Amino acid sequence: MDTYYNPSDLAKFAEVGEGNKELMNKFFSWYNAVFAEGALSEREKALIALAVAHAVQCPYCIDAYTQESLSKGATLEQMTEAIHVAAAIRGGASLVHGVQMKNVYQKLSM
Amino acid sequence: MALASKTLLSLRHPLSDASAQVEILENKLNLMPFAERFKETGEEELVATGIEIFQVNVGKLCNQACKHCHVDAGPDRREIMSQETMRLCLDALAKTAIPKVDITGGAPEMNPNFRWFVKEVKALGRHVMTRSNLTILLANGFEDLPEFFAEHQVEVISSLPHYSPSLTDKQRGEDVFSRSIEAIKRLNALGYGKEGSGLIFNLVHNPVGAFLPPNQSALEKDYKRELSKRYEIAFNRLYAITNLPVGRFLEYLLASGNYEAYMTKLVSQFNPVAAKGVMCRNTISIGWDGYLYDCDFNQMLELKVGYGAPTHIKDFDWEKLNRRKIVTRQHCYGCAAGAGSSCGGAIA
Repeated sequence: MDTYYNPSDLAKFAEVGEGNKELMNKFFSWYNAVFAEGALSEREKALIALAVAHAVQCPYCIDAYTQESLSKGATLEQMTEAIHVAAAIRGGASLVHGVQMKNVYQKLSM
Repeated sequence: MALASKTLLSLRHPLSDASAQVEILENKLNLMPFAERFKETGEEELVATGIEIFQVNVGKLCNQACKHCHVDAGPDRREIMSQETMRLCLDALAKTAIPKVDITGGAPEMNPNFRWFVKEVKALGRHVMTRSNLTILLANGFEDLPEFFAEHQVEVISSLPHYSPSLTDKQRGEDVFSRSIEAIKRLNALGYGKEGSGLIFNLVHNPVGAFLPPNQSALEKDYKRELSKRYEIAFNRLYAITNLPVGRFLEYLLASGNYEAYMTKLVSQFNPVAAKGVMCRNTISIGWDGYLYDCDFNQMLELKVGYGAPTHIKDFDWEKLNRRKIVTRQHCYGCAAGAGSSCGGAIA
């Protein structure tokens, strides 16, 4: 094995179910329902997935949801804004914990 | 203004030979033959259901050279239909009740007998659709085409791969988007694309890359909203068409390393409902030299109608062609993937 991540492995996702088909079938059934058109459009869901894929830094998901976003008609501009949202929340989540730093600082400082 | 890039033929590219394309489609990957997969529809073989569309490709000459063009059309192409072959088309058409004639190219308007042919088809009482690349409507000697189309009630179908200028120009050439918008405004001014005018103007979306088109009706809403807001232009319907691995799109797939993934995607998204409704079942495609094909893609791969059906317009036999068995190769997966694809957009 040259690398943990190989693009061709993405197509083997379903094979993960070999150890427990029932659980995998339940997962895919739920997964497919999640991404179906609903109160949110399929394109909006693909863009959310793309943003989350970047937040969790999953190469498989980034590959899959870049393709899915394109197939749902998203533009590069929309996809870029989506990952900025992910990046902003990640960055903001770090920064907002500064209040904890401030709390500790204030407790310890004269 | 430089609209055109290069054709495979002008580059002496190996893929300018249709047989080289067929060889790649058939042998480069080990995929189930389309004819076998088609059986998932519940039908044993793909057979025509009766010709409703008489699609005439009047030549490969074009003022553009779009990156995805399956025809490998361009300014250097010299293969155009003669008036004599057009007469054979009219003779054949007159003996049938086929209601629609779809004129394509290249830029069909660049055939010097285009207007004569349109008038003759209309004189036979048939509906005429033409596939116009829009920029030709601004070229010297062609500026009065919108009025000609309106006068003869010609349905106009035009490619606009995206409402984003940069995406359209990427696929179709520099300045194509802005010139297309100018041409659409001229068509709109005559009533084209306006409800109640009776003048039909439809747009075509092709993905700008190695992926499938989005949901047609959702995309049509986006196009209508954005084109109206940004440019105050209107159209009737949007056709979302899948790029088939033929001609320059095949070359792009191979050169960009996307061929295997794209073909695998087409196969994995095989949709029996779309496969049952493929357009070759109700279409006959006529090449610039009068040879007959099941569709324009087969025409560019030089796969003539087979299984005993007459292969040239001079031998046109409506009854035999109406029930002919369709010639399929692996590119056919493109019309049957996802929501399906035809010259009239999504199928399923």
